[in-house]
Order: sequence, then C-alpha cells, then structure tokens
Amino acid sequence: MVLYIFKRFINYFFLSMIATCLAYVVSSLALDPAAKYYGRNPQPTQQTIDNILNGLGVNPDVPVLQRLWEWLVNIVAHGSLGNGVNGVSIVDQIISRAGVSLRLLLIGSLIGAIVGVTLGVWGAVRQYKLSDQVVTYGSYLIFATPTFVIGVLLMIGATVLNGAAGMQLITFTGEYSAGLTGSWWDLALDRGIHLLLPTIALALIGAAGYSRYQRSVMLDVLSADFIRTARAKGRSRNSALVRHGVRVALIPMSTFFAYSFGTLVSGSIMLEIVFSFHGMGEFALNAISQSDINAVAGTTLFVAILILFSSTLSEVLYAALDPRVRN
Amino acid sequence: MSQTVIEPVSEPVNDGSGLAKEPLLQIRDLEVGFQTQRGLVPAVRGVSLTLYAGQTLAIVGESGSGKTTTAQAIIKLLAGTGTITAGQILFEGRDLAGLSEKQMQDVRGRLIGYVPQDPMSNLNPVWNIGFQVEEAIRANNVAQGKAARQRTIQVLQEAGLSDAQDRLKQFPHQFSGGMRQRVLIGIGLSARPKLLIADEPTSALDVTVQRQILDHLGTLTRDYGTSVLFITHDLGLAAERAEQLVVMYKGKVVESGPSQEILANPQHPYTQRLVAAAPSLASRRIQSAKNDDASGADIYSGGSLDTTLVARAAEREPAAEARDLIKVQNISKMYRIRTKGLKYNELLAVNDVSFAIKKGTTTALVGESGSGKSTVAKLILQLESITSGQIEFDGQDVAGLKGTALLKFRRRVQPVFQDPYGSLDPQYNVGNTIAEPLLAHKIGSSAERQARVRELLDQVSLPWATRYRYPSELSGGQRQRIAVARALALKPDVLVLDEAVSALDVLVQGQILNLLTELQTELDLTYLFITHDLAVVRLVADNVCVMQKGKIVESASTDEVFDSPREAYTRELLAAIPGANFEFGR
Repeated sequence: MVLYIFKRFINYFFLSMIATCLAYVVSSLALDPAAKYYGRNPQPTQQTIDNILNGLGVNPDVPVLQRLWEWLVNIVAHGSLGNGVNGVSIVDQIISRAGVSLRLLLIGSLIGAIVGVTLGVWGAVRQYKLSDQVVTYGSYLIFATPTFVIGVLLMIGATVLNGAAGMQLITFTGEYSAGLTGSWWDLALDRGIHLLLPTIALALIGAAGYSRYQRSVMLDVLSADFIRTARAKGRSRNSALVRHGVRVALIPMSTFFAYSFGTLVSGSIMLEIVFSFHGMGEFALNAISQSDINAVAGTTLFVAILILFSSTLSEVLYAALDPRVRN
Repeated sequence: MSQTVIEPVSEPVNDGSGLAKEPLLQIRDLEVGFQTQRGLVPAVRGVSLTLYAGQTLAIVGESGSGKTTTAQAIIKLLAGTGTITAGQILFEGRDLAGLSEKQMQDVRGRLIGYVPQDPMSNLNPVWNIGFQVEEAIRANNVAQGKAARQRTIQVLQEAGLSDAQDRLKQFPHQFSGGMRQRVLIGIGLSARPKLLIADEPTSALDVTVQRQILDHLGTLTRDYGTSVLFITHDLGLAAERAEQLVVMYKGKVVESGPSQEILANPQHPYTQRLVAAAPSLASRRIQSAKNDDASGADIYSGGSLDTTLVARAAEREPAAEARDLIKVQNISKMYRIRTKGLKYNELLAVNDVSFAIKKGTTTALVGESGSGKSTVAKLILQLESITSGQIEFDGQDVAGLKGTALLKFRRRVQPVFQDPYGSLDPQYNVGNTIAEPLLAHKIGSSAERQARVRELLDQVSLPWATRYRYPSELSGGQRQRIAVARALALKPDVLVLDEAVSALDVLVQGQILNLLTELQTELDLTYLFITHDLAVVRLVADNVCVMQKGKIVESASTDEVFDSPREAYTRELLAAIPGANFEFGR
C-alpha cells in the first residue's frame, strides 16, 4: 500500500516536472521580456538591456533549451527560481504570497467538497423531489456564472447587509484592515472576516461541481444489490444508505477531487483580483502582463506541486476507501 | 392467452407428531405493479400461495415471470417504483402489506431472512466480511458488543466457513463465489428467522458448489426449523429441494402442488412445456427435424423444444467418417500473475490439452469455472496466443497467421458469447449489428449486404422488420439469435459457442439449441460448444471433453460419457446436476 502510494507519487512527480518544463519553454517563446525596455524613454542602450536580460537568464538570443537547463540547474543547485523583473527573488515572492492563496484555496475547496458531497447524496436520495430540483438548478446557475460575477454579487450582498445592519459587519477588500492594531485574536478575526466572501465564492463553485458528480455516482450506488441486502438484514433505509452507499460513492469522487483542484486554482485567480488579495493569482497575472518569464515558470511550478500533493492525497483517500486497490 | 389459474392448495403437512401445522406465510391475491411513464405495469397479478412452518416451497418460473418480485414484495423491498397494489401477505396472521416501514424493519432479518441471488454484487466491496455479518446481528438485536463479534464467528462457522475467526477482516474480493454465498446464507440465518427467502441462491455458482451449498442450507434450515421460500428458474433444482412447487408464468400462478406430482403429471400447458424442456440426463441429442421428418416446420410454430421433439430424438447416426477440421495438439497456456513488486506467479490455465473436431460435428468442452475451458476457446479463436503446442485448422497451423491470412481465418471461425446483453452494442440496430462483420471484411455492396442480412434473419427465424430494432427492445432469446446471425454472416465453417445458452431461460434455451442444430445440418457447421451445464451437452454434443484444472480428464462420445463415465470427477459433475434422478413426466 505504501509502495503503491509511493509509485503514484513518483508518477505524479514526473508529470509535474514535465508540466513545469513545458510551461518554461512556452512562456519563454511567447513572452518578450525585452519589449518594455524598448518602450522606455530614453531608451536604454542595447548593452544595458542585454545585461538586464542576461542577469535574469531570459535573453531570447540564448537558445531556449539552454536557458531551461540553466534554470533547472539553478533550482537543484541553489534552490532558486531566479529573480523577477522587479529584481526580487521569485522564491521569496512566492513564499510571501503562497500563504494568502493556500488559506483561501484549502478552506474553500474543503468546504466546497463537504457541502457538494452532502448536497449530492441528499439530491440522489431525494431524486426529483423539490429539494433535489432546487440544488440541481442552483448548481447549473453557479456553473454558468463567471467567477468574478459571483465575487461581485457577494460583495453587493455584503454591502446591502452592512447597510441594513448600519455597521461594517463584513469587510471584503484586501486580506486585512490596514493599520489595525490589537491583540492576536483581533487580528485573526479581522483576517477571518476578510476571508469570508472569497471563501464562500470558492466553496460555491466547488460545491456546484462536486454535488453534480456525487449525485450521479450516488444514484448508481442506490440501486446496488448490497443496499437492498443491507435493508433485508433489518437496517433502516437511511442507515443502509449512509453505511453502505456513501463510502462506495466517494471512491470515484476521490479521483475527481484531485482534478477539480486544478480548476479551483484557476478560479481563485479571478477571486483574488476581485477581492484585492495579494496572493498567487495576482502574482501570476502580473507576471504575464509584465512578460516575467521566471515568475510565470515559478507560478506553474507552484501550482504543479499543489496538484502533485492533491493527486497523491486522492490516491491515499482512494486506497483508504477501497480495500480492493490495497496491496 | 387465457390463463387457467389453478387455486394453489397445499395440504397441511403432518409432521411426526401428527399435528397439522399452522400456515406461516399466506399470500392472498397479491398484485404488484411498477410505475412507468405509461402508467402502472403489473408484474404480479393475483398470486396466492401458502407456506407451512418447517416446509420448503419453491417458486419456479422464467425470468420476468414475477417470482423475484413476489419474494421482494414479502419483505417490501421492491426494486425501483414497484408497489403492492392489492392483496394480503399474511405472516403468522399479520398482514405485512399494511405494515409501516418502521415495523417492517423489525420483520426483516429477525422474522424473515433473505438470501439474494448474486454473491458478487450483494456484499459491499468496501466493508470487511466481519462487519457485514455483524451488522445483521446488531440490527436485529441478537447480540451487541463483544457478544456480537462472537456470534458473527459462530454464524460464519455454521454457514460452513470453518476458519471464520481469521477471515473476519477479509474483504469480499478475497472470497470465492461459493464462500461469499455461504456468507450471505449466514447473514440470512443470523437472527434465526422463521422464514428464509432464498432467491436463486446458487444460480451464479458451479453445479458441484451449488450442490454443497444447497445441501448445507437444507441441513441448517432443518435444524433450525426454518421454513424456506425457494426461488429458482430450474425445475429440477426446485423439485429436488422443495416439497411444494408453485409455477409462475407472466405474473400469475399457473400451477401448484407437491413437487413430485407436478413433475410427474403437469397439468398446465406451460408447466408441461417447462417439464419437457428441462434438460436432464434422460434426454437425447436433438435431431434436426428436417433430417428425417417432413413436419419440421412445426418446430418454429411451437418455437420450443417440445415433447414431440424430444421423443423424436432417436439415436443419432454415427457421424460419417469426416476429416478433422480442428486439431488441437498438446496446447498449453501460461498466464503470469503479478504479485508483490516485480515478482510473478505462473498460472497454467490450459495444461497439455489435445482434441480434434470432425467437420459437421459438435464437441462440447465441459468444466467448472476456472477449469480453463474458455481459455481454450480464446486460443482456438486466436484471441490469445498459445504458450506451447499446436492448433491446426483445416490442415493449417494457425499460430503464425498474420494480416490477411488471419483475417481469412477469422472469416471461417466465428464466436458466439455468453451474455446476450453484453455482447451486442446497444447503439447499433439489429441490421447494422449483423452487417458489421461483412463491412469489416469489405464484402459486397450495400444492397448485397442488405440481402444477406435478410437471409440471416430468416435463418434465425426473426422477421425482417427486426432489423431496425435495438438490443434493448429485444428479449434475451432474440438477442442470442442476433448474435448467432452475426456469427453466421461471414459463412463460417466453425462456431465457437462460449456458454452461448447459459444465460437463457430453459424454454428459450431449447429454442436456441434447436436453431443451432437446424443450422448445423443446413450449413454443415462445426461447433465447439463450451458450457458448464452437462444437461445441455446431452442435447447437442457428439463428443465431450471434460476439463478440470486446465486438463482434459475425460474425452469420449457423449453417450459414453453419460452412460459410463470413467473418471470420478465426471461422475461427480453428473451427480450434481439438479433433478438428475427425477422422473420427468414427458
């Protein structure tokens, strides 16, 4: 079992590496880091521009595979992802921003998964009843709505609520209130309140997807023979469904969690912009707009590692749920 | 069709003490329907039956006859949209039909145990065996806590798993089919119910395992004094295991009474057909009616293997000295099964098997599951490569065939598989399904292919209009006809029939076997007939090879094998055929 998980991990590891290398190559070919220097007035000399580009390791005159090689050597030898166009180390920038994004992503996707699975099971058990219909149409509505619209709608809702309450109940711009001083608890509460709306938005998107899949898997399981057998033993319908149905229905979901995590990462980029969070989403967007090759490659590596861990986690979940894949 | 519903009266049986027993279960005019978009479709139409304490009663009927629906109605676990629309189910005088779900929970398991049909799908794959048995014990409040675990071990041991203690933590996939069925029987009897409903408890198992399990079930229920409601499609099995029989057809009880009487003297036309069609050791090989009888047309009108046909089946002429079309010499097949890490275990699925099939004859390959018979079929069809040995087809070694030569070989040797539900593409209509091999081999123009489809449908006795229908709109027997037609499309010399009739009801089975025999005479076909069912072998085969653990243990003409089996294993197989020793009233 440990061997199995380890094998899967190695497998995902190589996939992540390939994805990152591809991202480096593609961004190197597509982005032109020299362009912004040509646009400056007065224009820096060609010598100066080349020096800057060489210093960053992004000079387009150097063959791209050679640059990729140097970039990889730099990672292995110095644990460095190079510097961004602002001259600051990419690793340092990622470290300062990763916490913001991870907090949002982990809490949001976890709540989304739990709510989605619950709604899915509930919808399957009460198929075609009013509650099932409401959940179904609600999920499709959320699916069809762009992420930033959901963010903006939540902000409007919060503003209305604040207005009704006559005080600032929910604050939603930035990660924390600037200049706030107080005890550790006050600061944590402030961050928590700021996190509320983007987390709700992310959880909504996750739940909409998870509930659809969970419902259809659960419907399959509901008609399984072993559910009837469990009831024939004398179990009540609900306890048979919970004991025998949910665990089986979660098995295919554990794979789905891993893949949908990637979607959530891209969804969170929009949310960070909408809610003015200085996280990895904003970092990625800035990197692209500034033609910062090192930053783009670094972001891809970060996301690849996230997916590497979530995939391995889903394998662990799978093995925990299904005894047939152990050994 | 007008139905003569004979009021089922089963006489109170006197036990040793001479006291007449009270009825334990009495079903009166039960009606069950399934809600569909077109309204309520009745599945059980006015069924009545009576079961006395300590008795075993069998409901016999083909699939779709409503026998399983009746059983599920008793414990009110009807599938999908099924509902009881009328009638009473009196269990110890209490009408179960009127009980609430909460009250039914107390009945299920504790008063009425249930042993389901398929041991593969009725145990939850993700919970260990101990949990699944213990939950039955807890749910019925037989024991709690540590005592429940003790009771679990006891239940499993009684069900015939002597090493239950060590196996509690194992999962269903680590158990064989027979062992799983023992677990399910253990669960059904765990709370010592007064009635056990056994719904085809052994139809997924080999005959020898079936026999062991049913013997064991019989002993247990006798010891506990449990009444058994036994549901089966197998008349021989029912007669062997139950004192009382109820024959169901299209949702109605058509005949009921003591088993021996019904078998010896069936009253209803359907029962008569069922008794006649039940393949048993007494039957003979089916003769092609066209061979010797001008009235062959009536086979299609009757559409079944009927009494007259069986009676007509005289001794078959010894096949004229024909050449060996297929010659299998010392073939072996080794599979490598991956174990831990990079290590392999070697499994010899087919071990030094040799036989030959003469043109125009049928050779049956018989054995239990895992005996390697289907692997032999795959090897002959060149779907898998042989490890050693040689297969000759029409004087040519088939091992090295590639490209067009292999394609040519495939045209001459065609398979028909077991599952008529799984082997047809649900998205292809019948016409396209039959024409597909022609298209794959680029034979004929569109119009010519149409003509061939028409001819084939005619050969398998299906109307031309069938070509636009889809597999989901056809019955199992019709689908198997389509599968045969598809196999015949390329005018092959050999058909490899891998359990081709095993999934079919006995009457339909008879029709297909009849059809195959007709086609054999008409087209001079050679059959390799693979089956676990010896009774079917008796009806169609000229020669029999009995396989056990990858080897052929006995190989002789059908009559020799049945009349004087040499090997102990063959005798065991013969003895395990349900109803083998019954006199069928033919």
